[in-house]
Amino acid sequence: MSPFDSASEIAAGVRSGDLKAVDVLEQHLARIDARETEIHAFNLVIADAARQQAAAVDAIVAAGGDPGPLAGVPVALKDNMCTRGVPTTCSSKILADWKPPYDGTVVSLLQRAGAVAIGKTNLDEFAMGSSTENSAFGPTRNPLDTDLVPGGSSGGSAAAVAAGFAPLSFGSDTGGSIRQPAALCGVVGVKPTYGRVSRYGLVAFASSLDQIGPFTHTVADAALALQVVCGHDPHDSTSIAEPLPDYSALLERGVEGLRVGRITDLPAGADPDVAERIEQAFDALAAAGATIVDVEVPAFTYGLTAYYIIAPAEASSNLARYDGVRYGLRVDAPDTHAMYSATRAAGFGDEVKRRILLGTYALSAGYYDAYYGKALRIRRLMADDFAKAYAQADVLLTPSSPSVAFPFGSKTADPFAMYLCDTYTIPANLTGEPGMSVPFGTGQNDLPVGVQVLAPALGEPVMLQVAAELERAATDLTAGGAS
Amino acid sequence: MSDRLTNDVVVKVAHLARLDLTPTEIERATEQLGDMLDHFADIDALDLSAVAPMNQPLPFVNVMRDDVVQPCLDRDEVLDAAPEAEDGRFRVPPIIGSGA
Repeated sequence: MSPFDSASEIAAGVRSGDLKAVDVLEQHLARIDARETEIHAFNLVIADAARQQAAAVDAIVAAGGDPGPLAGVPVALKDNMCTRGVPTTCSSKILADWKPPYDGTVVSLLQRAGAVAIGKTNLDEFAMGSSTENSAFGPTRNPLDTDLVPGGSSGGSAAAVAAGFAPLSFGSDTGGSIRQPAALCGVVGVKPTYGRVSRYGLVAFASSLDQIGPFTHTVADAALALQVVCGHDPHDSTSIAEPLPDYSALLERGVEGLRVGRITDLPAGADPDVAERIEQAFDALAAAGATIVDVEVPAFTYGLTAYYIIAPAEASSNLARYDGVRYGLRVDAPDTHAMYSATRAAGFGDEVKRRILLGTYALSAGYYDAYYGKALRIRRLMADDFAKAYAQADVLLTPSSPSVAFPFGSKTADPFAMYLCDTYTIPANLTGEPGMSVPFGTGQNDLPVGVQVLAPALGEPVMLQVAAELERAATDLTAGGAS
Repeated sequence: MSDRLTNDVVVKVAHLARLDLTPTEIERATEQLGDMLDHFADIDALDLSAVAPMNQPLPFVNVMRDDVVQPCLDRDEVLDAAPEAEDGRFRVPPIIGSGA
């Protein structure tokens, strides 16, 4: 269990007048002061703006009003979410000085719900990476062991929650960038159904895969946060117009009668300590009344290849906008074409260049059919396979990450070794279905293991329901002193 | 070392992507991207001719709205973020120059 207050407790306290938002904020700022130099979760802490916002929340309560469901909850935002007038860098030199002229939809929704934005968190440049080592501003360290990575790409947001800097943070997940760092930092992380959360104001990496989601200490907090940020947005043409369910409704219901799928042809690669915990998670759900069913997802094994063609292809197109004309860095050159090439060479880091090259190659004449065209067909196979699996099971369980948190530099020499971190998370991005990581005991060196719960499109309620049961079972694991 | 990719292809792709690469970067990119294409060989043998491509996760339809003017970003605020602006427009170096 986390030693820190949950977002739900803080919001309830502030709304009832038992807690002052300004006091809650100062508590968190003090923790940031104490450990941020060591952790580097943030690219920017906006203490003064946060103090004003917290005071405004308290004033609403004092006047007898209700500031909203996240009243006084400090929230950290991944630095690829646009905040008006506040630098939004994507941890890239090419956007180092850029201040967006507008707020993203999620940023506005959080503010309207009474949350207090406290800063912008570090990430792998343009969200490309699984360790936060690709940040142009230096890596984030795992608060549980600062010799280890926090995961990525939303490593700063995961670390901010794990370190007690904020009880709630937001990241983006294109291939696992919320779920993997959540697992490595021992917190809850949710990637909602594609289209459930507006992407307006999220700097695009791969538009058909990107989705914003929360990091929290508890499953109940994740449900609370989703209730605020999910919903239709006319500013995002891929936004889903379906009505919102009550995400907290099923949390206490248990899993009696639910069918939990075990993917029998899941790609190998999970470390034994992680695999053992996943088995215990199945056991715990079975003990709580769920039925474990075997399902097959044959296309799962091709997910990594399909993803590392589709995501770079979309990125190569999306990142064409960084050309030194409208915003960001410009490197002067005698003509426009030379200016483009020089600006992009100076502004992008190695991993971003690698993916732009890979994506451009996969889309170029002569290679399109063999790579991009084929990857899109694998995506269809994947969706069909998952549809069959969800006909037999309400949710599926896998590891969130093949391993617990790993040391700095251990995967940087071989890009593909880093890509393997995403093996289990990628399929949900390709299909657009929701997935989340919930902490479930520890593996080697007492480091947290995350269980991934996957559900069909718009299946967040049942996904949260199962995650809540795992959360209860995980408490028993600790209490029982299981190894 | 993979034989799937040559330096020449990387140079061409870098040009398409408008990325200046140093000779060292070209060498390294050829090697790393070639390795990646080797990993991607797991899909070479798949016959997917009967499978329809899937561009996006969910079956979306076109989104329409009434053709009325909506509030939009403030021009001055937008131009403030530009490296160079003049008379309400983005300023760039000469378009016709030595490059291609």
